[in-house]
Amino acid sequence: MSLLAQLFPPGVLRPMELGSDGLILLTVAGLLFVLTRYRKWGWLWREWVTTVDHKKIGVMYLVASLVMLFRGGVDALLLRTQLAAPGSTFLGPEHYDEIFTTHGTIMVFFMAMPLMFALYNAVIPLMIGARDVAFPRLNAISFWVFAFAGILFNISFVVGGSPNAGWTAYAPLTERAFNPGVGENYYLLALLISGIGTLASGINFLATILGMRARGMTLMKMPLFVWSALVSSALILFAFPALTVALGLTMLDRLFGSSFFTLTAGGMPMMYVNLFWIWGHPEVYLLVLPAFGIFSEVVSTFSRKTLFGYPSMVGSLLAITLLSFGVWVHHFFTMGAGAAVNAFFGVSTMLIAIPTGVKIFNWILTMWGGRVRMTVAMLWQMAFIPTFVVGGATGVLLAVVPGDYQFHNSYFMVAHFHNMLIGGVVFGFLSGLYYWWPKMFGYMLDERQGRWAFWLFFIGFWVTFMPQYFLGLEGMTRRMYTYSAGFGWTTLNQISTLGAYVMGAGFLVLVYNIVWSMLRGERDVTGDPWDGRTLEWSLPSPAPEYNFARLPTVTERDAWWHAKREGGAVAAQWRAREIEPIAMPRPTAVPFFIGLAFFLAGAGMVFSWWVVAAVGFAGVVALLVRGWFDDQDHEELSRDAVLRVEAAAGRLQA
Amino acid sequence: MCRGGAHCEKPLRGRGEPVADRPSGRRRPSAGTAADRNSRTGRPGRSFARLLPAVATAAALLTGCGPHYVVLHPVGPVAKSELHAVEMASIPMAAVFLFVVTLFVIAVLRFRDRPGNTAPYLPDWEGSRRLEIVWFAIPILIIAFIAIPTVRTTFALDRLPPAQDPLVVDVTSLDWKWLFQYPSAQIATVDYLKVPTGRPILFELTANGPMNTFWLPQLGGMEYTMPGRLLPLWLQVDKPGQYWGRSGNFSGVGFAHMQFHLDAVSPAAFTAWVAGVRQGDPPMTAADYQGLLKPAVVGVETYSGYPAGSFPTATHGFTLAGGMYTYPPSS
Repeated sequence: MSLLAQLFPPGVLRPMELGSDGLILLTVAGLLFVLTRYRKWGWLWREWVTTVDHKKIGVMYLVASLVMLFRGGVDALLLRTQLAAPGSTFLGPEHYDEIFTTHGTIMVFFMAMPLMFALYNAVIPLMIGARDVAFPRLNAISFWVFAFAGILFNISFVVGGSPNAGWTAYAPLTERAFNPGVGENYYLLALLISGIGTLASGINFLATILGMRARGMTLMKMPLFVWSALVSSALILFAFPALTVALGLTMLDRLFGSSFFTLTAGGMPMMYVNLFWIWGHPEVYLLVLPAFGIFSEVVSTFSRKTLFGYPSMVGSLLAITLLSFGVWVHHFFTMGAGAAVNAFFGVSTMLIAIPTGVKIFNWILTMWGGRVRMTVAMLWQMAFIPTFVVGGATGVLLAVVPGDYQFHNSYFMVAHFHNMLIGGVVFGFLSGLYYWWPKMFGYMLDERQGRWAFWLFFIGFWVTFMPQYFLGLEGMTRRMYTYSAGFGWTTLNQISTLGAYVMGAGFLVLVYNIVWSMLRGERDVTGDPWDGRTLEWSLPSPAPEYNFARLPTVTERDAWWHAKREGGAVAAQWRAREIEPIAMPRPTAVPFFIGLAFFLAGAGMVFSWWVVAAVGFAGVVALLVRGWFDDQDHEELSRDAVLRVEAAAGRLQA
Repeated sequence: MCRGGAHCEKPLRGRGEPVADRPSGRRRPSAGTAADRNSRTGRPGRSFARLLPAVATAAALLTGCGPHYVVLHPVGPVAKSELHAVEMASIPMAAVFLFVVTLFVIAVLRFRDRPGNTAPYLPDWEGSRRLEIVWFAIPILIIAFIAIPTVRTTFALDRLPPAQDPLVVDVTSLDWKWLFQYPSAQIATVDYLKVPTGRPILFELTANGPMNTFWLPQLGGMEYTMPGRLLPLWLQVDKPGQYWGRSGNFSGVGFAHMQFHLDAVSPAAFTAWVAGVRQGDPPMTAADYQGLLKPAVVGVETYSGYPAGSFPTATHGFTLAGGMYTYPPSS
């Protein structure tokens, strides 16, 4: 009975939760039926679960992040619905607190991060002329560890109860004294586990980019997206350990009764805040820098012109990377660090506007003298520029320390970070999706539907978040589940809610766009639908398993653009005698089971079922050991097989 | 911003019942704001009048004129200088926005890929040292323009105004209520406080529970209340009236109700109020204090005394040093 009460506290037995349970069960049953009816289990296992192909791993990341975008978006709509009227009783305070916590956590960790890795996996090896990432099995481990951590986080609202202390989870609110139940345990364990996957991915892409570039591709000849992935991976390497420490110590406090951040026994809650933001600020840059990289590729391709100011673009990326570690205190100027400290971090924050401003000017100048094609990918890029300038300007206002005293934790700040994370990261990743979709899947996303999705989402974004700046000036603080009419906040909240629904409609059109295009969209038979500039466009769409039949040699930036100019149509063709057998990484089920073992360990920790946790951890270790002694990790793809694929793609010279 | 205009100088003032959940402000319909303005300038304009609600909403949105834009309606020196710092930074930021957007729109219109576009096509134009120096210089100058006054104001606000005797108010955030203690008068209030106008108030902030932030938007910016720490914050109110304050940092299910209000009265009225409380209200017993520690939303309370040790002092291991607002002011 007590076990039942632990698994199903009142918080998971609300009508909304039970309704979701029903829908989830229906979906799962539907999937099981389809897989069985059409005999797809073997296909699922061979092609996806055991794959180590970076392109397929990228697709799995993408699917996961779109599902999470749906969940996080529904959370957002519930929050906005609650706030549409003063004194609303649509959600109770407990419910509201859980939903804003899962909204933020999911959007940052289980939507934005995997979307970023989806794009890395989909194109980074192709862009640098490599056949895979440096450590293909580690790549699969990263994915499965992330995926099972995501599942662990998401089952909290069905079993045990959701976390409810905000995505930042400041101590001491997360300590046992104020937060009984298992909700925060889910938060801690899921993020600790997914952090392992993230860190491994960071190492993997760092090694891939530094070690596996095509011959002749010096650092300063790399496409900007590769540059951004490089610095972003470095940021992961240096930033995530701080998060691991912050969450790990909180976990020790909660599960084992230590006192790192408690009120008693000399705990210091403010230390948590420091550790969290030492990770947290680099985190937002490690998300937005890849978006910057995408914009650089997109603006250059769709202006049919060389990127303007390549060296200063690279310099700006490096400057932002370095500065990002020197600004974390601006998240808590109001915690009494003293005038000198605050002044230092205020100015260091403003400095970031300099390299960012340079990048904005360079993007505009890339269009200048080009021929701008208004594709959907380009629309997202163009929407980004004014949106991001507004967010950057309000960011500077927040860096004005005395001003921050009035803006801190108000809706002004809420509007600002959504402005940056949606206007920067989400617009960027969506631009990248529309741009690279044909390369990932072999078909184009319909442009007309894409425009609908774009305009709905873009207009919805402005309608949602611009009023929130004004709500901040009216004194509304974040995470309030209700407010009374006397504040005068009602109208702006209603406008904001309306905008959120328009954004939701944009998301639905995006999904429709994907499904429709998959069934009836134009197939990309050329491999180069946009008249691209970088190496991924030299390959058929989707790229063959081994990517490059022959590894390319690079002499210039925008290698494929130059190759096309010099070689014309034959630039992407091989002579049969140039083809050799290729050593490919073998599929393996170990990564999947490592993820599963981590899930078991995490679930055991969440509920303090130590035996389960021990079994999970033992499983992780056993699987790792098994992996270490597996020296059959490559298999040869014969020359004939390569020739067959290349001939079918029309890539062999007569 | 129209802070100077008489029509928008009305402080948020009202006779709200002192209930934590209710802001003590009377909301003026935004249409009224614009109507006032029109009648004052003597141009009622019939046809225009029909558009008034829309125009007024737009005006309120664009200018932040309405009195419920609390951040834009400071009533004390701290909030004023904080708003001033923001305004000074907003001007160059608005200029940057206009400049970038203009350049961007021109680029898009002029270089669109259309048949017959005669604009120059320079596919290999990969940079211009001179332009890039300009791109670097513009943001550097703007940031310098903003950063220097920012640093100056940050340090200036760090000091209590010299030669003035501040009123010390000890603030403890509890789940989910505010406890205010006046150490000089040995009185205490819950979820409201009364202060004299024209005199700096030194708030000493701590928490007995999760962190909150103490925020009185019309008096000045917020500061965290943290367990185990004592952070000083000085504010001042120059205009009598009632102003609402609340927490900005999430502290659990009752967080939305972490509200209070501040009554600013003349020094004489303040003295009279203190005397009245000391005579007419019961003292807070240890049991009362224990009751306040229980997680709950409560109404306002007034006490003519409080148990010793109900507020931490520096000698009990709390640190005053390293506060954003240094006290006592070092010379």
